[in-house]
Amino acid sequence: MELLDKLTILADAAKYDAACTSSGVGRAGRGGMGSALPAGCCHSFSADGRCISLLKVLMTNRCRYDCAYCVNRRSNDVPRAAFTPRELCELTMGFYRRNYIEGLFLSSAVLRDPDYTTEQMIAVLTLLREGCGFGGYIHAKAIPGADPLLTHRLGLLCDRLSVNIELPSQRSLALLAPDKTRASILGPMEQIRDGVARSRQELVRYRHAPRFAPAGQSTQMIVGATPETDLQILRLSQGLYRRYQLKRVFYSAYMPVSDSNLLPARQGFRPPLLREHRLYQADWLLRFYHFDAGELLDEDHPHFDPRLDPKCGWALRHPEFFPVEVNRADYEALLRVPGLGVTSARRILAARRAGPLTFEGLKTLGVVLKRARYFLTCSGRCAPGAARLRPEDLFFRLADPLPGQSAGALPGQLSLFPPAI
Amino acid sequence: MSQPVQFLYLYDGSFAGFLTCVFESYARAEEPACFSLFDDPRTALWPERAVETDREKAERVYRSLSRRISPEVQRWVRHGFLTCAPEKERRLYDFIRLAYRAGPAVIRDLTDPRVAPLHTALLHLWKEAHLFQGFVRFSDQGGILCGQISPKNRVLPLLRPHFCARFPRERLLLYDRTHREALLYQPRQWAILPMEDLQLADPSQEELAYRQLWRRFYDTIAIRERENPRCRMTHMPKRYWDDMTEFQTDGAAPGTALART
Repeated sequence: MELLDKLTILADAAKYDAACTSSGVGRAGRGGMGSALPAGCCHSFSADGRCISLLKVLMTNRCRYDCAYCVNRRSNDVPRAAFTPRELCELTMGFYRRNYIEGLFLSSAVLRDPDYTTEQMIAVLTLLREGCGFGGYIHAKAIPGADPLLTHRLGLLCDRLSVNIELPSQRSLALLAPDKTRASILGPMEQIRDGVARSRQELVRYRHAPRFAPAGQSTQMIVGATPETDLQILRLSQGLYRRYQLKRVFYSAYMPVSDSNLLPARQGFRPPLLREHRLYQADWLLRFYHFDAGELLDEDHPHFDPRLDPKCGWALRHPEFFPVEVNRADYEALLRVPGLGVTSARRILAARRAGPLTFEGLKTLGVVLKRARYFLTCSGRCAPGAARLRPEDLFFRLADPLPGQSAGALPGQLSLFPPAI
Repeated sequence: MSQPVQFLYLYDGSFAGFLTCVFESYARAEEPACFSLFDDPRTALWPERAVETDREKAERVYRSLSRRISPEVQRWVRHGFLTCAPEKERRLYDFIRLAYRAGPAVIRDLTDPRVAPLHTALLHLWKEAHLFQGFVRFSDQGGILCGQISPKNRVLPLLRPHFCARFPRERLLLYDRTHREALLYQPRQWAILPMEDLQLADPSQEELAYRQLWRRFYDTIAIRERENPRCRMTHMPKRYWDDMTEFQTDGAAPGTALART
């Protein structure tokens, strides 16, 4: 088979993996080829607006498993292919030299058994790292069920390891992915967490200790294929961040790839992109804004309002927290103001040391006041027109109209004419 | 009380030349009204003062920025000179004057009208340089990696450490069409030199094959049901597309927009 056809098949099979980040590790060039930037680097953006940073391919899409949600399941009739380690190594080096990519994202379907598949992946990475002196970024998927020693070897060759948790609950997993169990997914996650921690300790003592997955681990779950609520998903993410020290949890809106009667019907199904977007916003609040999953959602409101971003939603439910005084408030309080992010909050902290800030000054700093103006005071003054607004009024000013609806369709909009009784 | 006479400073456009102007203005205790190049045909109302570049004076100013204020202020001035801000010399001059008075804290005073515009210009420069780290595309021309870009700011000095560290064993040529200069690198040696034009030879078969593979990968990796052109343009504005392999078709001269929609 031609290399071009293989690449087409195996990139097509890998495209539903959301992770394409190259962040978390800094490495200077070491004589061979390649370096890594701590902040990562996007090399292109595909037509769906997602970043392309790594050459994202599967080693093979010949799979033994039959997971209902997956495009590569055994029972699906798609063309199959497999890279040889040398082919994939040359392709990666050729792309990397031309600055097309930041590195390699290597995943695989389970060919024969998890051990054999992992060995194949190790062969590629060894060829790259040791044969070609490749110092770029490598993200590898750990295959659930593989021997822990093999996973360890894989971790020593790559920068980031990930195990997909696939679905947000054990019940859904048992229903849709009968070959995978919760234990077989969480087992490698634990192993990677401990491996990373041990490697960090060793590096403190010996400068040349081997580095195990220095950029940590990430995971991914599918949203919208099963009936879990946003609250359940967010609690799960928070648990993963805290207990397994994950760097990222990716959410992927379910794409109808199967006609299984366990899944939403393919006809007329629209992937829940807005829900995915709200989950990512909440995920950022967990990681960078010191929020807790229980603050954003509760049992009475288990889903996010699609018209409001999660932070605005929280702010409207907590009027007692506002207004926040720009010149006094600490970093945590500033981060809780809708419209203020990490960059703006840091700039405010730096600039107010030089003198008191006004709303004009905030604009000069580049702080976006569209939403923040309703929640801030500068030296005790509210923004013009923002004083004494009730939360209900604020809702109309902050809410986005839903796609396909005009702003007038918001519930609770006052009508000039009393309804006919 | 009479206003001190202001001068139009003429210099050669180099960073050392600009720093010499700063030196002269302090030595003569006069304030430059604006800066202009020797060969600028425009005339101004101010009396002119031509300043010959003097490396020694320039280095004195450069060192003092770091010693008397802070290395960070020195970096701001060095990078500020690479930005495309209108009247950047005048802005930089005002910033330097303020910095000598206010000290290292000056870079925190982001609402000051002398600091804010420079900060904005620097953010623009740094962001553009970061984007180009990813968006530069090289092609193999007889063993030399050649690339072309059209940036708004002079990003080559910022891209230099990145690409030289990433490809230590390669030979590189990165041409900046806007400012007509090129970054040249071969192992353990680099230079940024003025270059009038760059014409590349026809690509080899191998190069064409890699381009085709990349284009195929780029087209395949997008999920059709999630198509979102607005999002793509936000992250990767169209002005970068001209020089990117994924938007070119072979046989076309580089630098012509052949963006598929």
